[in-house]
Amino acid sequence: MTILALVLLAGGVLLTLVAAVGLLRLPDPLQRMHSATKAGTLGTTLIVLGTLILVDDVRPSTTILTITFLLFTLPIGAQLLGRASYLSGVKLKGVTENAIPEMLSADETHDIKWDATRLRQ
Amino acid sequence: MIDLPQFATILSLLLCAALAMTAWRLVRGPSFADRFIAFDMLTAIAIGFSAVTAIVTTRGVFLDIALGLALINFTATAAFALFLERRARDR
Repeated sequence: MTILALVLLAGGVLLTLVAAVGLLRLPDPLQRMHSATKAGTLGTTLIVLGTLILVDDVRPSTTILTITFLLFTLPIGAQLLGRASYLSGVKLKGVTENAIPEMLSADETHDIKWDATRLRQ
Repeated sequence: MIDLPQFATILSLLLCAALAMTAWRLVRGPSFADRFIAFDMLTAIAIGFSAVTAIVTTRGVFLDIALGLALINFTATAAFALFLERRARDR
Protein backbone atom coordinates (compact mmCIF):
# COMPACT_ATOMS: atom_id res chain seq x y z
CA MET A 1 0.00 0.00 0.00
CA THR A 2 2.89 2.34 0.84
CA ILE A 3 4.55 1.49 -2.45
CA LEU A 4 1.36 2.47 -4.30
CA ALA A 5 1.28 5.80 -2.47
CA LEU A 6 4.93 6.48 -3.28
CA VAL A 7 4.37 5.67 -6.95
CA LEU A 8 1.34 8.00 -7.05
CA LEU A 9 3.31 10.81 -5.40
CA ALA A 10 6.34 10.39 -7.66
CA GLY A 11 4.10 10.28 -10.73
CA GLY A 12 2.27 13.44 -9.72
CA VAL A 13 5.44 15.37 -8.99
CA LEU A 14 7.12 14.20 -12.22
CA LEU A 15 4.03 15.24 -14.18
CA THR A 16 4.20 18.68 -12.55
CA LEU A 17 7.87 18.90 -13.53
CA VAL A 18 7.14 17.91 -17.13
CA ALA A 19 4.37 20.51 -17.27
CA ALA A 20 6.79 23.16 -16.00
CA VAL A 21 9.25 22.19 -18.75
CA GLY A 22 6.42 22.52 -21.26
CA LEU A 23 5.51 25.91 -19.80
CA LEU A 24 9.08 27.01 -20.36
CA ARG A 25 9.70 25.51 -23.80
CA LEU A 26 6.46 25.61 -25.79
CA PRO A 27 6.19 28.51 -28.25
CA ASP A 28 2.84 30.24 -27.65
CA PRO A 29 0.35 30.87 -24.80
CA LEU A 30 -2.29 28.35 -25.87
CA GLN A 31 0.27 25.53 -26.06
CA ARG A 32 1.72 26.56 -22.71
CA MET A 33 -1.76 26.42 -21.23
CA HIS A 34 -2.25 22.95 -22.68
CA SER A 35 0.84 21.88 -20.74
CA ALA A 36 0.02 23.69 -17.51
CA THR A 37 -3.55 22.38 -17.25
CA LYS A 38 -2.30 18.78 -17.32
CA ALA A 39 -0.30 19.44 -14.18
CA GLY A 40 -3.25 21.15 -12.56
CA THR A 41 -5.64 18.23 -13.08
CA LEU A 42 -3.81 14.90 -13.24
CA GLY A 43 -0.68 15.93 -11.34
CA THR A 44 -2.46 17.34 -8.30
CA THR A 45 -4.97 14.48 -8.30
CA LEU A 46 -2.15 11.91 -8.11
CA ILE A 47 -0.31 13.87 -5.40
CA VAL A 48 -3.40 14.29 -3.21
CA LEU A 49 -4.40 10.62 -3.63
CA GLY A 50 -0.90 9.51 -2.71
CA THR A 51 -0.96 11.64 0.42
CA LEU A 52 -4.37 10.21 1.35
CA ILE A 53 -2.96 6.69 1.26
CA LEU A 54 0.36 7.49 2.91
CA VAL A 55 -0.72 9.72 5.81
CA ASP A 56 -3.18 8.21 8.31
CA ASP A 57 -4.36 11.57 9.57
CA VAL A 58 -5.90 12.78 6.28
CA ARG A 59 -9.69 12.89 6.07
CA PRO A 60 -10.98 11.27 2.85
CA SER A 61 -13.70 13.93 2.57
CA THR A 62 -11.11 16.70 2.22
CA THR A 63 -9.30 14.77 -0.49
CA ILE A 64 -12.44 14.01 -2.46
CA LEU A 65 -13.60 17.64 -2.19
CA THR A 66 -10.22 18.93 -3.37
CA ILE A 67 -10.06 16.59 -6.36
CA THR A 68 -13.68 17.22 -7.34
CA PHE A 69 -13.22 20.96 -7.15
CA LEU A 70 -10.02 20.91 -9.18
CA LEU A 71 -11.55 18.68 -11.86
CA PHE A 72 -14.59 20.94 -12.13
CA THR A 73 -12.94 24.34 -12.08
CA LEU A 74 -9.58 23.95 -13.84
CA PRO A 75 -10.94 23.18 -17.33
CA ILE A 76 -13.36 26.10 -17.01
CA GLY A 77 -10.57 28.40 -15.89
CA ALA A 78 -8.34 27.23 -18.74
CA GLN A 79 -11.13 27.87 -21.24
CA LEU A 80 -11.70 31.39 -19.85
CA LEU A 81 -7.96 32.19 -19.97
CA GLY A 82 -7.59 30.75 -23.48
CA ARG A 83 -10.50 32.82 -24.77
CA ALA A 84 -9.14 35.94 -23.08
CA SER A 85 -5.62 35.40 -24.39
CA TYR A 86 -6.90 34.89 -27.93
CA LEU A 87 -9.02 38.05 -27.67
CA SER A 88 -6.07 40.00 -26.32
CA GLY A 89 -4.26 39.28 -29.57
CA VAL A 90 -1.32 37.14 -28.53
CA LYS A 91 0.90 35.83 -31.28
CA LEU A 92 0.17 32.17 -32.07
CA LYS A 93 2.71 29.96 -33.78
CA GLY A 94 1.78 29.30 -37.40
CA VAL A 95 -1.20 31.69 -37.29
CA THR A 96 -0.70 34.93 -39.20
CA GLU A 97 -4.26 36.24 -39.43
CA ASN A 98 -7.53 35.99 -37.53
CA ALA A 99 -8.05 32.23 -37.34
CA ILE A 100 -11.53 32.33 -35.77
CA PRO A 101 -13.35 35.31 -37.30
CA GLU A 102 -16.76 34.31 -35.83
CA MET A 103 -15.41 34.58 -32.33
CA LEU A 104 -14.68 38.26 -32.63
CA SER A 105 -17.40 39.50 -34.97
CA ALA A 106 -20.44 37.62 -33.62
CA ASP A 107 -20.03 38.94 -30.11
CA GLU A 108 -21.49 42.44 -30.09
CA THR A 109 -20.33 43.27 -26.59
CA HIS A 110 -16.71 42.63 -27.47
CA ASP A 111 -16.14 44.91 -30.42
CA ILE A 112 -12.50 44.02 -31.02
CA LYS A 113 -10.66 44.57 -34.25
CA TRP A 114 -8.11 41.79 -34.64
CA ASP A 115 -5.19 42.91 -36.74
CA ALA A 116 -1.49 42.29 -37.05
CA THR A 117 -0.55 45.58 -35.43
CA ARG A 118 -1.99 44.39 -32.14
CA LEU A 119 0.31 41.39 -32.03
CA ARG A 120 2.82 41.55 -29.24
CA GLN A 121 6.44 41.08 -30.16
CA MET B 1 12.02 0.03 2.64
CA ILE B 2 12.29 3.54 1.30
CA ASP B 3 13.34 6.26 3.70
CA LEU B 4 10.34 8.58 3.84
CA PRO B 5 12.05 11.91 4.74
CA GLN B 6 14.60 11.29 1.99
CA PHE B 7 11.80 10.60 -0.50
CA ALA B 8 10.04 13.79 0.56
CA THR B 9 13.28 15.74 0.09
CA ILE B 10 13.62 14.44 -3.47
CA LEU B 11 9.98 15.34 -4.17
CA SER B 12 10.43 18.88 -2.85
CA LEU B 13 13.62 19.34 -4.89
CA LEU B 14 11.75 18.31 -8.05
CA LEU B 15 8.95 20.72 -7.12
CA CYS B 16 11.56 23.45 -6.61
CA ALA B 17 12.84 22.85 -10.16
CA ALA B 18 9.27 23.15 -11.47
CA LEU B 19 8.80 26.31 -9.39
CA ALA B 20 11.96 27.85 -10.86
CA MET B 21 10.81 27.19 -14.42
CA THR B 22 7.35 28.58 -13.70
CA ALA B 23 8.86 31.66 -12.07
CA TRP B 24 10.99 32.23 -15.15
CA ARG B 25 7.86 32.19 -17.33
CA LEU B 26 6.07 34.43 -14.82
CA VAL B 27 8.84 37.03 -14.89
CA ARG B 28 9.69 36.94 -18.60
CA GLY B 29 6.20 36.82 -20.07
CA PRO B 30 6.33 37.84 -22.91
CA SER B 31 2.59 38.58 -22.85
CA PHE B 32 0.13 39.00 -19.99
CA ALA B 33 -1.55 35.72 -20.94
CA ASP B 34 1.71 33.83 -20.35
CA ARG B 35 2.07 35.35 -16.90
CA PHE B 36 -1.47 34.38 -15.90
CA ILE B 37 -0.95 30.83 -17.15
CA ALA B 38 2.24 30.58 -15.09
CA PHE B 39 0.37 31.96 -12.09
CA ASP B 40 -2.28 29.27 -12.58
CA MET B 41 0.47 26.66 -12.61
CA LEU B 42 1.80 27.95 -9.28
CA THR B 43 -1.34 26.59 -7.60
CA ALA B 44 -0.52 23.05 -8.74
CA ILE B 45 3.01 23.39 -7.35
CA ALA B 46 1.74 24.84 -4.07
CA ILE B 47 -0.63 21.87 -3.68
CA GLY B 48 2.36 19.57 -4.23
CA PHE B 49 4.33 21.37 -1.52
CA SER B 50 1.43 21.17 0.95
CA ALA B 51 1.18 17.43 0.30
CA VAL B 52 4.92 16.99 0.89
CA THR B 53 4.60 18.95 4.14
CA ALA B 54 1.73 16.69 5.20
CA ILE B 55 3.93 13.63 4.57
CA VAL B 56 6.98 14.95 6.43
CA THR B 57 5.03 16.08 9.50
CA THR B 58 2.48 13.20 9.21
CA ARG B 59 -0.27 15.72 9.87
CA GLY B 60 -3.24 15.53 7.53
CA VAL B 61 -4.37 19.09 8.23
CA PHE B 62 -1.75 20.38 5.80
CA LEU B 63 -3.85 18.91 3.01
CA ASP B 64 -6.62 21.36 3.95
CA ILE B 65 -4.38 24.04 2.45
CA ALA B 66 -4.71 22.21 -0.86
CA LEU B 67 -8.50 22.47 -0.59
CA GLY B 68 -8.26 26.21 0.12
CA LEU B 69 -5.92 26.73 -2.84
CA ALA B 70 -8.26 24.79 -5.12
CA LEU B 71 -11.14 27.01 -4.01
CA ILE B 72 -9.22 30.27 -4.50
CA ASN B 73 -7.56 29.28 -7.78
CA PHE B 74 -10.72 29.37 -9.87
CA THR B 75 -11.69 32.84 -8.66
CA ALA B 76 -8.22 34.18 -9.45
CA THR B 77 -8.21 32.65 -12.94
CA ALA B 78 -11.69 33.98 -13.75
CA ALA B 79 -10.70 37.46 -12.52
CA PHE B 80 -7.52 37.46 -14.62
CA ALA B 81 -9.41 36.29 -17.71
CA LEU B 82 -11.97 39.07 -17.20
CA PHE B 83 -9.14 41.57 -16.80
CA LEU B 84 -7.49 40.43 -20.04
CA GLU B 85 -10.75 40.61 -22.00
CA ARG B 86 -11.62 44.04 -20.65
CA ARG B 87 -8.12 45.24 -21.46
CA ALA B 88 -8.44 43.94 -25.02
CA ARG B 89 -11.82 45.65 -25.40
CA ASP B 90 -10.55 49.01 -24.17
CA ARG B 91 -7.63 49.07 -26.51
